Amino acid sequence: MSADERRTYDIDVVHVARLARLALDPAHAAAMQGDLEKILAFVAELSEVDVSDVPPTTHPLPFQLPLRDDVAGEPLTPEARDALLAGAPSHDGEAFIVPKVVG
Amino acid sequence: MTRIKEGWEAVIGLEVHAQLKTRSKLFSSCPVAGGSTADLSPNTFVDAITAALPGTLPVPNGEAIRLATRLGLALGCTIDRRSQFARKHYFYPDSPKGYQISQYDRPICAGGGLAIASKFVRLTRIHLEEDAGKTIHDARRPESRVDLNRAGVALVEIVSEPDLASSDEAVAYLKELHRLVVWLGVSDGNMEEGNFRCDANVSVRRVGDPKLGTRTEIKNVNSFRFVGLAIDAEIVRQINVLDGGGAIVQETRGWDEASGTTRSLRSKEDAHDYRYFPDPDLLVLDVSDAVYDGERTTLPELPAARERRYREALGLTAYDAEVLTQTRLRSDWFEALLSHVDDPKTAANWIVNDLLGALAKRGQDLSAPDDARGPLAPATLGALLAGLKGGALSSRMVKDGLAAALAHGPGFDVAAWIGQHGGQVSDSAALIAAIDPILAANASQVAEYLSGKDKVFGFFVGQAMKAMKGKAAPEELQRVLRERLDGLREKG
Repeated sequence: MSADERRTYDIDVVHVARLARLALDPAHAAAMQGDLEKILAFVAELSEVDVSDVPPTTHPLPFQLPLRDDVAGEPLTPEARDALLAGAPSHDGEAFIVPKVVG
Repeated sequence: MTRIKEGWEAVIGLEVHAQLKTRSKLFSSCPVAGGSTADLSPNTFVDAITAALPGTLPVPNGEAIRLATRLGLALGCTIDRRSQFARKHYFYPDSPKGYQISQYDRPICAGGGLAIASKFVRLTRIHLEEDAGKTIHDARRPESRVDLNRAGVALVEIVSEPDLASSDEAVAYLKELHRLVVWLGVSDGNMEEGNFRCDANVSVRRVGDPKLGTRTEIKNVNSFRFVGLAIDAEIVRQINVLDGGGAIVQETRGWDEASGTTRSLRSKEDAHDYRYFPDPDLLVLDVSDAVYDGERTTLPELPAARERRYREALGLTAYDAEVLTQTRLRSDWFEALLSHVDDPKTAANWIVNDLLGALAKRGQDLSAPDDARGPLAPATLGALLAGLKGGALSSRMVKDGLAAALAHGPGFDVAAWIGQHGGQVSDSAALIAAIDPILAANASQVAEYLSGKDKVFGFFVGQAMKAMKGKAAPEELQRVLRERLDGLREKG
């Protein structure tokens, strides 16, 4: 595999980890960099197969996407909302409380 | 609009988010809050899918697919019969999944466009996506509150090509698009409630420069006026920066109403790395033949076509045609009136000059023409106008009849009203009986008239009409009135 082809499958683990809000220490990041490059190179071998005549597969199962009728359920009862809010680290009885995102 | 500084031109593209008119959300049966969401208790229009609880699976709302198809067909787009949902990843507290389900490389509609007075504005695409929740910031509090009532509501994002060259064109495009989505029943288009909102991509360049300038994006402006003001302010800002030797940074900016300027919200550095990929929870979205053909064959006459027909075939003024096609209800009401009246121009005049104002004063608007509970049936105005044409009613009496019909409301018996009030008086003796006491009681005005001040003639017409409760046949009244006045001149 030439360097040019290889480049297509480059991955910047530190960048991707930052986007996904994953805290990777440098040693872990270096190890993952190596592992992921190997995985991507392995997957890249697939590109050597000529698929120009094959329609793209978007899903392995030959199902049609089922659609739902536009029928609305009920809003939450006060008790159900209490249960919903109780799952969050912080709430004020009506809304979820989150760290301030805009100054 | 502010004139763009000599030697510069602006390049503008708009992204409009329109909330689809569905009862339930895009991927679940969670109800959509109707009316003003501000009045609702937070986090009550939420279910397991909206809250992104583990183990849930999205199932698309067929009605949302139908409405997007309808809009795409009306805008001349190519409908992708096999489009795809994709995950758009970003972290923000009002997006519980950590991604938004949107569409990326296979949107449901591609191409198409919309004509405004000055040009044809091309569309890039229309795609389906779910709305985010609402984050409420309070400057006095150290944290933010999150309300998920709006999260998961079905939207279409309508993306234009950068074909617009001024704020005027941008606003004209938005108004035309707004009229269309409401006309089609695709969206309520209520801007205050945020179900029709606009992001504007703005860049400037020196005239003749083939290269596009760096653009900024103005986010979520929710009135036509503010879109225009924000674009003008941004054009001025960018030209000033470039003229001063600076460079434009690609970033998101917000419109600040108080200062009349845009200000930086965040730079785009990482923000555009959304790591889209096809949503594995959702298969390819087929637009079925039933939906596609159903929408194609039931597409109504579109507002722009109707407006043109009103001008060209019915001979209406540009203004009347525009007013009458502002909403589908209004236009359908006018069409229904035409089945009772053979003079479209007169019919249009009465709606535009009298009826709409009278309704507005009562806080009403025209209803569907066949709505028995509507404020006025087209047949009622039709009967009054027939009375006018046949001579049984004066203009003044048509106005009175309209007022009576509106005051009465649904079920007004127009035939009985005309029977009771109609019948113009053109008998000379009756007219003279009304006129002579007025001339006698207003000697100074008579003197003025006789001295050549013809303006005072209108005063006598008004007085006589009043005395006869509007029932005088106007032409006959004027003829007899002249005769009586001229008679006085000869005597004098």
